[in-house]
Amino acid sequence: MPRWAQLTVLPALNLLAALLVTGFVTWMIGEDPWECLQLLVSGAFGSGEGIGYTLFYTTGFIFTGLAVATAFHAGLFNIGGEGQAYLAGLGVTLVVLAFDHTLPPIVLVPLCILAAMGFGAAWAFIPGWLQARRGSHIVVTTIMFNFIAYSLMLYLIGHHLIEAGSQNPTTREFGQASWIPAIHQVAAGMGISLPSTPLNLTFVMALLACGLFYLLVWHSRWGFQLRTVGVNESAARYAGINVSKTIILAMCVSGALSGFAAINELLGSTHRMNVSFTNGVGFVGIAVALMGRNHPVGIILSALLFGGLTQGGLELSFEKPVITREMIIFIQGLIILFCGALENLFEPFIAGLFKRKEDK
Amino acid sequence: MTDFAIGLNGICKRFGAVQANRDVSMNIAKGSIHGIIGENGAGKSTLMSILYGYYQADSGSITVDGREVRIRNSQEAIRLGIGMVHQHFMLVDNFTVLENIVLGAEGGLLLKQGLAKAREHLQALNRDYSLEVDPDAIVGELGVGLQQRVEILKALYRGADVLILDEPTAVLTPQEADHLFCILRALREQGKTVILITHKLREVMDITDAVSVMRAGTVVGNVRTADVDKEKLADLMVGRKVTLKVDKAEREPGAAVLDVRQLCLTDARGVKLLDDLNFQVRAGEIVGIAGVSGNGQSELLEVLAGMLEPTSGEIRYQGADLLQEKSSQPRAALYRKKGIAHVPEDRSREGLVKSFPMFENAILGYHDDKSVSKGGLYSRQALLARTRDFIRQFDIRPDNAQLRVGLLSGGNQQKVVLAREIHANPELLLIGQPTRGVDIGAIEFIHKRLVELRDAGKAILLVSVELEEILALSDRILVMAGGQISGEVAARDADTISLGLLMGGHKH
Ligand SMILES: Nc1ncnc2c1ncn2[C@@H]1O[C@H](COP(=O)(O)OP(=O)(O)OP(=O)(O)O)[C@@H](O)[C@H]1O
Ligand SMILES: [Mg+2]
Repeated sequence: MPRWAQLTVLPALNLLAALLVTGFVTWMIGEDPWECLQLLVSGAFGSGEGIGYTLFYTTGFIFTGLAVATAFHAGLFNIGGEGQAYLAGLGVTLVVLAFDHTLPPIVLVPLCILAAMGFGAAWAFIPGWLQARRGSHIVVTTIMFNFIAYSLMLYLIGHHLIEAGSQNPTTREFGQASWIPAIHQVAAGMGISLPSTPLNLTFVMALLACGLFYLLVWHSRWGFQLRTVGVNESAARYAGINVSKTIILAMCVSGALSGFAAINELLGSTHRMNVSFTNGVGFVGIAVALMGRNHPVGIILSALLFGGLTQGGLELSFEKPVITREMIIFIQGLIILFCGALENLFEPFIAGLFKRKEDK
Repeated sequence: MTDFAIGLNGICKRFGAVQANRDVSMNIAKGSIHGIIGENGAGKSTLMSILYGYYQADSGSITVDGREVRIRNSQEAIRLGIGMVHQHFMLVDNFTVLENIVLGAEGGLLLKQGLAKAREHLQALNRDYSLEVDPDAIVGELGVGLQQRVEILKALYRGADVLILDEPTAVLTPQEADHLFCILRALREQGKTVILITHKLREVMDITDAVSVMRAGTVVGNVRTADVDKEKLADLMVGRKVTLKVDKAEREPGAAVLDVRQLCLTDARGVKLLDDLNFQVRAGEIVGIAGVSGNGQSELLEVLAGMLEPTSGEIRYQGADLLQEKSSQPRAALYRKKGIAHVPEDRSREGLVKSFPMFENAILGYHDDKSVSKGGLYSRQALLARTRDFIRQFDIRPDNAQLRVGLLSGGNQQKVVLAREIHANPELLLIGQPTRGVDIGAIEFIHKRLVELRDAGKAILLVSVELEEILALSDRILVMAGGQISGEVAARDADTISLGLLMGGHKH
């Protein structure tokens, strides 16, 4: 089967299968699947506002997807994107709370980005180090580190970072100097009017990161070492590649990428940190990388799919109270099941079709 | 009229642009040993994979005992009485022989019953074919030769009447190969049919009844072994005269490039793998290390290449002790930068990344080379150019630099490694089993290149289980047994018999 077909026909079929099952379930709970689908799609892509929100969610998913993919190319399954994004949020918050009234945006924002990358990387470094030097399995440690991150943040926000006098576990609002400009503001500056959405310049960074990721993984010396370690450790040793260093560094890069999800959320949208700001972005990243086959183009497309699903799903649940947020997570689960776990479900059948065509 | 166990009629198989099999027909007589020979990439393994159900032929038909069959997967092949001994053994290392053999054919609900029955059956097979395998041995602790016999047992246990062996002797010592041939003869006597793929013409002459010669996907000859000789076969195979002798002028070696002193390596259990080794390799000299495999040769190569840390001793290279060097990079990288190249014994596990394209494998170990990258990014142009160079020089087929290396035939994979390491123009070349799995035309070529390198004043340390190869190439021969050097002979005084004695004397 030609490669283009493998990359287009198969995912499309898998997606269709997931939608069919979803449609069936929707019908079972007494809703019209076709109408729901229309609501979902128009909620995500039907209006300027919907698109803005979709792309905002897409931004975070691209970063966590790239994060999972980076580790994956080194043969590591980093489940800890959620915790790494969480800790990155802490880094951002500490910097902002300390400097948002003293430093200008041009210094403060880059500093925040560095803090996010640093904290994310540090949180990923420990499991990476444990894997490389002590053989502790990365899947287990990163899962545990998600829990630790969550408890730690709960404690810190609840006891130390909480806004004085507030009942909600959130920090005070960040000073404007730390806000990353929204796309609609930038557009307005150029005389274009766009609806107001949280979509911000982090989105541009996400696209740049994809390009960089591609160059780094497939064209750079570091990427070569990364992929060699990922598929054949004996060959890496033979080639004189420092395996543990590569593993640790891959995890750090992965953690730093997850950190951008916090930037998108905190500096781009909410402008304050609350206990649930990550909201599963790290976990969706696993699905995004899986479905995008760890390639930046695939990651952009699948992040867009999950972004659209998140936004369209929210709209849908406004319209149809029986379709709850859980239902949307259920759909996401089905997509992961069909596109990730069962990705080769239709392959023999389609391969057969292509072969017959070739023979003629 | 003879009965045919297997008939292949007009088999065609294409992989993308490569026509691996083109209208291949052959008949294999029941109760015979049938050899298949041919250059690397001629399509031998592909043909056998079709017979064993791994691949489907694009066209053509297969008959088993005269009946036309369709073999869609290996279960069907097994049901038809076809067994295969894989080159890379498919065994579970920490199971016993018995457990490995019943695996997938446990028979019955309770494992214990199945095992008891299997044990009887196994003992019978063991006796009939003098396999000498202990059913209770742990497979991981057996040598390659024995593991291979476990594979044979496994096939027989599943009722194979036709046994396919793809380059079985590539990993065996001559002694083990002799034992294997005894087993194969016993099988023939019992009416079994054996298909044997090999690059060693001596083996073909010794043991087969008939031979099919393949070239570029087609069969260029089906002959009776009795009607041909080695030269005729070589001729058929490559289509030209092959000289199996290496032209090598006497040459006075220069200064010592490598000087190993009191080198010891002890493993975690306290077993001495390398025991007080002392030797030199001088510029313009090929030093061969002969010995039954598993006597420390592999470890020696790995220590010298910087992949293993020795317990004690000195490795003096160009006058300075490598072990005293302080460096932040791994030793293997450091040594390579100093001009030590290494062709590992196990190319598929260490020397190559099978899922990478050829042009990436062309720089494995040399990925820091400034000549192929600019500012940390590789120049695809430079990589491809280098790879095409390798392809041209070493006649690697197919000539597609973008192809994943895992899709190359075994011999062509070996050529990729050799091309890369020789291209580095090393001062010292460590080379393990250089021609394992390589066809005779390519052996001739590789030997020529190694002698050229020596004549250019480079030092070469050669480890090979092929005594003939050691004899043909070496200026000096060291014999290793039990981690020690048990003897040294000048090449002109050595022959297979005297070396065999030295090797055997200390065999453990
Ligand atoms: N799955 C595959 N995809 C693409 N090409 C393949 C595949 N398998 C084999 N080939 C190609 O088919 C040709 C025949 O390969 P095959 O392994 O049968 O050769 P061989 O005769 O066994 O060689 P060797 O003696 O080196 O083992 C080679 O050119 C090889 O690169
Ligand atoms: Mg082969």
